[in-house]
Amino acid sequence: MTTTAEPAATAATAAPEELERGTLELRNVTCHYGSTAAVRDVSLSIAPRAITAIIGPSGCGKSTILRSINRMHETQPGARIEGSIELDGVDLYGRGVDPVQVRRVVGMVFQKPNPFPAMSIWENVAAGPKVLRTVKGKADLNDLVERSLRRAAIWDEVKDKLHKPGTSLSGGQQQRLCIARTIAVDPEVVLMDEPCSALDPIATLRIEELMAELKESYTIVIVTHNLQQAARVSTTAAFMTLGDHGAGRLVEAGPTTRIFTDPQERLTEDYVSGRFG
Amino acid sequence: MSTGTLPVPGVSARPRVADLVRTGSRRRRLVDALMRLLSVLATLLILVPLVALVGYVIANGLPWMDMEFLASAPVDEVHGGALNAIVGSLQMVPLATLLAAPIGILGGIYVAEIAGPRTAGGVRFAADVMVGLPSVVVGVFVYTVLVVPFHTYSAVAGVISLAVIMIPVIVRSTEEILRLVPNAVREGGLALGMPRWRAITRVVLRAGLGGILTGVMLAVARASGETAPLLLTALGSRLVNVGELNKPMDSLPTFIYTNSGQPSPVLVGQAWAAALLLLVFVLVANVVARVISGRRSSGGSR
Amino acid sequence: MPDRAFAILAGAGALLIGFLLVAIALRLLVSSIDTWRTFGLIGFVVGQVWDVGAVVYGALPFIAGTLVTAGLAMLIAVPLGVLAAIYLAEFAPRRLAMPLVTLIELIAAIPSVVIGLWGLVVLTPILRDTVESWVTSLFPDVPFLAGPPLGSDIFTASLILAVMVTPTIVALGREVILALPANYREAYVGLGATRWETVATVVLPSVRAGLLGACILALGRAMGETMAVTMTIGNADRIPTGLFDQGQTIASKIATSFVEASSAEETSALLALGLVLMVLTLIVGIIARMLVGRSRTAVG
Repeated sequence: MTTTAEPAATAATAAPEELERGTLELRNVTCHYGSTAAVRDVSLSIAPRAITAIIGPSGCGKSTILRSINRMHETQPGARIEGSIELDGVDLYGRGVDPVQVRRVVGMVFQKPNPFPAMSIWENVAAGPKVLRTVKGKADLNDLVERSLRRAAIWDEVKDKLHKPGTSLSGGQQQRLCIARTIAVDPEVVLMDEPCSALDPIATLRIEELMAELKESYTIVIVTHNLQQAARVSTTAAFMTLGDHGAGRLVEAGPTTRIFTDPQERLTEDYVSGRFG
Repeated sequence: MSTGTLPVPGVSARPRVADLVRTGSRRRRLVDALMRLLSVLATLLILVPLVALVGYVIANGLPWMDMEFLASAPVDEVHGGALNAIVGSLQMVPLATLLAAPIGILGGIYVAEIAGPRTAGGVRFAADVMVGLPSVVVGVFVYTVLVVPFHTYSAVAGVISLAVIMIPVIVRSTEEILRLVPNAVREGGLALGMPRWRAITRVVLRAGLGGILTGVMLAVARASGETAPLLLTALGSRLVNVGELNKPMDSLPTFIYTNSGQPSPVLVGQAWAAALLLLVFVLVANVVARVISGRRSSGGSR
Repeated sequence: MPDRAFAILAGAGALLIGFLLVAIALRLLVSSIDTWRTFGLIGFVVGQVWDVGAVVYGALPFIAGTLVTAGLAMLIAVPLGVLAAIYLAEFAPRRLAMPLVTLIELIAAIPSVVIGLWGLVVLTPILRDTVESWVTSLFPDVPFLAGPPLGSDIFTASLILAVMVTPTIVALGREVILALPANYREAYVGLGATRWETVATVVLPSVRAGLLGACILALGRAMGETMAVTMTIGNADRIPTGLFDQGQTIASKIATSFVEASSAEETSALLALGLVLMVLTLIVGIIARMLVGRSRTAVG
């Protein structure tokens, strides 16, 4: 059972100005629900236009940390974070920063495909640009919808039924529709919270192939409990586990090949090798 | 898997993050705040009549709530009380409950436990229709059946009309409660070797008893406030009627109605007092019912 | 008691309801058959004159009164009720929401005659001396707003009805909104939408059917309301043409005229009115049930 890890993106191959675009920096991030901390003191560098995988056992706060990047964490009453999260040098939690705008720049694909029920496929993809008023006019919207559906590798399957409800598609198709919807607003970062866990293996594979293409344009951070998937798609991996007082913590992060073949921490080694035969 | 013939949008064509996260969507945020405010105002506006109403009933009714009001029958525009109404309601409502509760509970048991899906659906449909039927129509029906043939308005007719209103309500609430009883409870009874009917009454019913009684309580509260059907069946009377069910009988709701339009401030004041009595009873019954069912559903001990 | 006997006993209780429903409909029909024979179905329903002396009976004034008051009540109740349902389901802090919902539901428990008393003695004079006086004097040439402002009229009755049926829309509306799974909202918020935009563009369209059903259920209740309307509508047997006209609904007509009905023809006509009301509320109720039932199983 060989795992193919892609060669780590080296900083030297990217031009200096493009190095900046899409670089995420988490510094000492602690996520609270009311008075309890769910995740403690996570510091992580996320490389631009690459896929970073956050792995670890369930309940260790992977999703929580992910949702703090697009400021979805705070939509729960009483939830807040400490620390800073910087995108291209801009603190997403800084003063004067509108969380609504942050979510435009950091998109999210959810575990369970969730196309909007009262909308057609076309309307689903156009929903973001319409509410953000980034694209106006029927013709431009049509263009954008087609572009997004193509880039999500689903155009050929839906081009004749754009007016059908989003829920009329299969699970894997719905998820690709959700990806199209997310990239239609042209974010810098796309977060994926276990995007394939509700899908069958074939649909999963198609989405993994899609991810490889998408990373050319977006920084992708994926939370997954599927270690083979992490090994297949990501260039950087971050391993989290449950720490003291029930709060999750980051154990180790680095190039995927190293995490899987030569981890520094004992905990990492235990987790990674426990899953591989 | 191709990405299509269109070029991948250039990364550098995107607006910079620093520009984006600060350019507030000012107008959108304003609309959001405005609509939130409107929704709060709507909620408050709906509550204003409730508060005003309760306040007025208390303010106008309390001064007239004295011994004369409670213990004497109507005399004239200046003297007298509401004994006829109080005694009337105290007879008709419990009698109607005695009639409606067993029938309604049995009916609810049938729909929840015994009936096949199609019969259950049919009965449920009929019960929902009856619950939505204007009570004045029920009054008219009982009038043609019980008042006309006997040539007299009677308390019995009033009791029957209240019972007809209560039965569908109790059937539906009983059925809903029983449906919530977990199957394990049912099977527990049957596994102990009980025959079906005993399993139902001993085990399932006991599990849902709190909820069923709550449902009955709510039906009683509703019936005690019904006016139109009583106007057409028991009619109302200035005499205090105890036990003579074949004669007209007054009740709190009919008392309120008849007195509300009178030119005498004393009588109107007594209408307010009667309304206070009725309101307190109905609201207390409702709140108690809610508290009981709330405690159950939030996992409180039985 | 053997199983079978118990089942029969319980079954009797259940089937009694179906029996009652049919019995009521049939009884009303039979007892009013003379009216139907005399005027015909269409004739009675569109007949504009109700004259006991001339033995002419037409239901139109009361059907019109019922529909107008219920319709006006809905004009107020729907926007208010839906907004409040949205607030209680989406924006209100959890600890505040429950007591507020309970309070609003308690309004629905208040007996109609108590609300009618308040409407007659308190609200009617207030409205007469303020809103109605102002409006009638500001618009003397608009027939729809013509006075004299008496207080007891279509306007007041509609307001009272609105107060009484709004809780239905709030309670049911809140339920169907809460039933929508959270991940649809999350997806829209995740794209960069505000909470209100999420409600307007994702939540409301997805629960459209359930909300409509709640409104129609409220409409049915408004149409069948008797005492509060009787005490505030002015009790005039005519088709209302203006907001401040006195009028009469089917329910209020029966409540006020039944006991004193002086002839067999009048009683028969009143029973025919009862049948009309029963059919109207039946149709409305069935439509409402179809919509609410469908919404509960449609999403998620």
